[in-house]
Amino acid sequence: MSGAVVDARGLRCPLPVIRLAAAAREAPAGSEVVVLWSDPAARHDIPAWARMRGHTVLGTEPAEGDGFATTVLLGEGAGAPSST
Amino acid sequence: MYLDAGGRAPVHPAARAAYDAALDEGWADPRRLHAEGRRARLLLDTARQTFAEVLGCRTEEVHLSPGHTATLHAAVRAVAHGRRRAGATVVTSAVERAAILAAARHAAGDAALTVPVDRLGRVDLAAWSRAVAAPGVAVAALQHANGEVGTLQPVAEAHEAARAAGVPLLVDAGASVGHVEVPDTWDLLAADPADWGGPSGVAVLAVRARVRSTPVWPEDEDAWFPGGVSVPAAVGAAAALRAVLADRAQADTHRRTLVDRLRAALGEVPDVDVVGDPDARLPHVLTFSCLYVDGEALVTELDRRGFAVGSGSACTSSALEPSHVLAAMGALTHGNVRLALPREVTAEDVDRFATVLPDVVADVRRAAGVTGL
Repeated sequence: MSGAVVDARGLRCPLPVIRLAAAAREAPAGSEVVVLWSDPAARHDIPAWARMRGHTVLGTEPAEGDGFATTVLLGEGAGAPSST
Repeated sequence: MYLDAGGRAPVHPAARAAYDAALDEGWADPRRLHAEGRRARLLLDTARQTFAEVLGCRTEEVHLSPGHTATLHAAVRAVAHGRRRAGATVVTSAVERAAILAAARHAAGDAALTVPVDRLGRVDLAAWSRAVAAPGVAVAALQHANGEVGTLQPVAEAHEAARAAGVPLLVDAGASVGHVEVPDTWDLLAADPADWGGPSGVAVLAVRARVRSTPVWPEDEDAWFPGGVSVPAAVGAAAALRAVLADRAQADTHRRTLVDRLRAALGEVPDVDVVGDPDARLPHVLTFSCLYVDGEALVTELDRRGFAVGSGSACTSSALEPSHVLAAMGALTHGNVRLALPREVTAEDVDRFATVLPDVVADVRRAAGVTGL
C-alpha cells in the first residue's frame, strides 16, 4: 500500500518527528507513511512517537542515497490533531 | 533554583567544616613517617573506616580514587585483566554510566556485551543470567540505580546469577549511596561522594578481598589509584556521608513525596512522557520527555526562568548521539528534562516548577512553529 513520503534527512531532532507528525495528521488511519531520516535520535524517537500516538512502526531500512527509511502504519490517532 | 543535583550536589555544610579542619590537621603527606604525616594517615584511615562501615566491608577493602569515572575505569580494567584466563567478555547492562561502557569496550573490545533493559530501564534478568553464565566472562557490571532515570536495578538477583557463574560483579552505586539503602550483594562497589554532598576530587571503590585483580598501570604504594588522594577531600566526603545518613529517612520521604507530586502534575501536561520506574526508584530523581521539543531549548528557557535542570537530549549540542539510557528504554530522546532534587528543595520550589513547565513547553513549541500535532 503506497502512502506519503516525508524526507527529513539532514534535519536534527525533533524536526524529523515533527515532519512525520504533520504528514500523519493529513493521512487517514490505516495508511502508511515513510519517513526518511539521518539524525541518530530519529532511530529512537520515531518508535517512541508511534507508541505515544498509537501508530505502529513496520520497519526501518537503509534509504536510497543516504540515511534510513522508516515505515509507519497509522493507527486511529491519524487524521486528527491531538486535543492540544 | 538548582534541580540538577545528580552526580554533583551542593556541598553539605558538614563536608565543608570537616574539609576545613582537615586542611589544618591533615595537610601533610600520609605516606611520611613523622607526626604530621601520621596525623594525615589517621584522618585518611578514619574516613576509609566510615566508608567501610556504611558499605558493609572491611577498611582494607576500601580504596580511594580521584573521581567516580577513574574508579569505574580502574575497576573494570583491573578485574578484566586479573581474570583474563577466565575470558575476555565484560557484561554490562545497556543503561550503565558511559564510563562503564567505555571501560568495557576498552578492556574487552568486541567481547563487550550489553544486556537490554525494559521500558522502565530495568535490566532483563533472564538475559543477564544467560550472559554471565556463558563461557569466557571476566567481569560483570550493573548499577544499583540509574542516575538519569532513577530506576533501581535487581542487584541481588543479578549478583546471585554472577556468583553462581563465578563471575565478579561490579556494582556502580554512584547514584544511590547516601540516598537509599545499599545492598551487600557485590564483589566491587563504586560510590561517588560528589553525589551525596561531599567535595569533588575523591571517590570510593570497595573491593572484596576474594576478588582477583591485576593493575594495568605502573605499581605504586596506592596500588589501585597511584599517588593517593586529597586527605581533606576524603575527610569531607566521610563527614558528608555520616551527615546525610543521619537523616536519610526524612530526606527520602520529603523528596519522594515531592517527586510523586511532580509526576502527577506532569501527567497532566499534554504529550509529556514520564520516564523510569514509578516505584522502585531513587527518591529524588525524575525524568520526562516532551514531544516535539528540542531538549536544549527547554534547558535554556528553564534556566532563563531560574530553574537549573539536566537533559539527555542531543538536538543542538555537540553530542550527536542522544542519551543511550533513554534510547535503550525506548523512551523519547528529544525534549528530555532530568531533575535531581537537592535535599534542600521545598514544596514551593516544586510547585513553582510544575506551574511554569507547561508554559515553557508551549512557548518552545510555538517558537518552533509546532501547533496542532
